Amino acid sequence: MKHQHRWTLLIFLTPVLLWLFLLIVLPQIDLFIMSFRTENDAGKMVWSITNYYNFFNEPIYWLTFVRTAVYSILVTFLTFIIALPVAFYITKVVKPKFQGFLTVLLLIPFWVSEMVRVYGWMILLRESGVINHFLIKFGILNHPVEMLYRDSTMMLGLIYTSMLFMVVPLISALESLDDNLIEAAYDLGANMWTILFKIIIPHATPGIVSGSIVVFMLTLGNYLTPNLMGGKNSLWFTEQIYNQFIASFNWNQGSAFGFLLLFLSSFVIWVGLKLSKQTLKKVIQ
Amino acid sequence: MIRSLPNSRAYTSSFKLYMILYFTFLFAPLLVTCILAFNDSQFPSLPWNSFTLEWFTADLPQRVGIFHDQINLDSIWVSMKVAFFVTLLATCVGTCGAFLFEEENFPFKQSLYFLMLAPLVIPGVILGISILMFSTTLGAYFEESWGVDVGLFRPGFWLVVLGQFSFISTLVALVVSARLKKFDRTLEEAAMNLGANRFEVIWHITLKFLRPAIIGAGAVAFLMSFENFNTTLFLVGSQATLPINLYLQVRDGSTPVINAISFLLITGTSILALANLYFSRKKA
Repeated sequence: MKHQHRWTLLIFLTPVLLWLFLLIVLPQIDLFIMSFRTENDAGKMVWSITNYYNFFNEPIYWLTFVRTAVYSILVTFLTFIIALPVAFYITKVVKPKFQGFLTVLLLIPFWVSEMVRVYGWMILLRESGVINHFLIKFGILNHPVEMLYRDSTMMLGLIYTSMLFMVVPLISALESLDDNLIEAAYDLGANMWTILFKIIIPHATPGIVSGSIVVFMLTLGNYLTPNLMGGKNSLWFTEQIYNQFIASFNWNQGSAFGFLLLFLSSFVIWVGLKLSKQTLKKVIQ
Repeated sequence: MIRSLPNSRAYTSSFKLYMILYFTFLFAPLLVTCILAFNDSQFPSLPWNSFTLEWFTADLPQRVGIFHDQINLDSIWVSMKVAFFVTLLATCVGTCGAFLFEEENFPFKQSLYFLMLAPLVIPGVILGISILMFSTTLGAYFEESWGVDVGLFRPGFWLVVLGQFSFISTLVALVVSARLKKFDRTLEEAAMNLGANRFEVIWHITLKFLRPAIIGAGAVAFLMSFENFNTTLFLVGSQATLPINLYLQVRDGSTPVINAISFLLITGTSILALANLYFSRKKA
């Protein structure tokens, strides 16, 4: 019995260890080491902090970094503001028979590739796009305006792309909220805002935190949406990483950027968990 | 406030309006993409000229429909192959992970569990570059030490598969774990008492119970792999996957062929998604 048990442990453990060490742990360590290596004048690889020095010394790099961080936090917040009423409507307001249908409807767009979704927005928003066509047709505009390649459209695209990852955890968090609590508060004379801040949001906190973590991480690490919808002005940090790797072929500089991005994402997630008194394990379940 | 309480008319109707706006926001880009796939125009834009299927079927010098567009067809095939192998690997390893963390006990279990969750909080771009670097390091090492050139370590098909597998396995493990938590252990004990060994129990009983979850997780894994962009971007070799290929075309100006591909993708994934939902609902 005991002997058999060891065998199953080994069978389950081996692939998992191989996966986690070969594809996650060792590559991250390699990334970290490479970020401290640089080519000296003689063309040999030496240890140095040049890559990090460059980052802090070139305003374009750290400004992009800060910009990406601030925008990602803003996108996460806006996604939450837009998603909360939707989740509330589906779980608490709409007639129960429509609940399933609306939930399915909500999920469908996110099964489609991000590339297709971004492309759809490009067709809508660009200078020769559908929205401009109608605005001119109805005489609201005289000549088309370029709506793409602005910060606001980039944000719109990022919010759209990450919406699902906020709505779903919010729905499951609100589903477990007992209607009686809201009714009781209402009977005792609480208004809408009191109910929102004293009952709904505290109850939904695990859902809010897990949604925010995923949305923040996905936004921060997104390359496609900022690149296509923000254009040349998007200045997203992942583009700096891409440029270092693919265009300049300076992998050591690129790893330093990559490591900084990883650090930023872990740090913000850690702060978020601490502020909301949650743990990663609880949030993911 | 909620459906069991009296609500003012203004509250109900403004909430309804909000939901209508939200769903318009959600579906507008997809609908427009689909509709413009059938417009008889050289560009994916209005005005509407007339209905045509040429962006699917034509094989003319100025207009090549998707069914004759070899580059795009190739990339769809590459994506299919990648997604197939990712699904296969991720469901196997992810299920092993679920068993490992739900049924086994060993030292450092908590730390390993934490490590398994890590791919969810590491941005895809970072996974991509770190795997690219590591495989290049390994490649260089093999080259120097033994003088062998291992193709696996260069950007290309298998590196894309491994890169996507590295985070999709976590999702499979979480989905299967959730189902395994609901499993009634007395069934396993009963089978053991009747003389089955551990493998027979897992094979005949536990895996049977997990089947819906594994199939569902497999479908999600397939779709996630099929549409992955961020990780793939750094690992891709000469065989571009569909999202990468579409990205290159959209960046350099687009034709309605992309709408035609999008139309096929949208209808295809919607059918797959609805089927998945239908079956998971029937099982539940």
